[in-house]
Amino acid sequence: MGSPMKIRASVKEGVTEIKVLMGHEMETGQRKDANGAVIPAWFINEVTAKLDGKTVMQAQWGPSISKNPYLAFKVKGGKAGDKVSVTWVDNKGDTRTDEATVT
Amino acid sequence: MTPRLLERRQVLTFLGTLAAAGFVLPRMAFANWDKAAFDARTMDEALKALGAGTPGQSGDVQIVASDIAENGAVVPVQAISKLPNTERIAILVDKNPSMLAASFDLMPDTIPEVTARIKMGQTSNVVVLVKADGKFYAASKEIKVTLGGCGG
Repeated sequence: MGSPMKIRASVKEGVTEIKVLMGHEMETGQRKDANGAVIPAWFINEVTAKLDGKTVMQAQWGPSISKNPYLAFKVKGGKAGDKVSVTWVDNKGDTRTDEATVT
Repeated sequence: MTPRLLERRQVLTFLGTLAAAGFVLPRMAFANWDKAAFDARTMDEALKALGAGTPGQSGDVQIVASDIAENGAVVPVQAISKLPNTERIAILVDKNPSMLAASFDLMPDTIPEVTARIKMGQTSNVVVLVKADGKFYAASKEIKVTLGGCGG
């Protein structure tokens, strides 16, 4: 399930700006633990964002994205009250979706 | 340390690597995730896997990031395309083990400006690759890293 995302979305002069902070370890698979064993890779690899039910972005990520990933982007259109939903899937098949309302 | 111990450790490490690979790989088989591109170990391989070949450098592709990153674990990067019909923006880090950090597919209403935070193991060129109107363009910027982001 992961921890809840923080999503902020605001519309200004016809452009909706969406900012997302996710909670995820984003383990690279390059690191070793104290015993020298490789810590398996564990990272978000797909992200989908929707505005008012319409997909506006689909991202593919690798392990080079920082822990607790941040994502910001802008979309033409949108209005106060529209729903923004963001879904991520990680390489272990875990997934989480969170919603916010455009202000 | 005796040679025998060393040998045992190497065997264990090897088994560990196999187990890790076996554990992770089947789960990576997602519909969209471009495994070949993310597994690429050289910039040429990564660009080829993304279908970009040798992209032309373009002033319409911009990278907004500071010249020096104090903490390589968290390097904010904004990738901007001024090109019409930008369909895709990818961020690559030349000297990372996995150089493709992210690839964003944009819809027509999405403004081609994305911000993300990436890890950088060491000072490296960061490349932003843009696909617009079916063609590829790129820009690169060197970011100096004072503390690497891929260690412990």
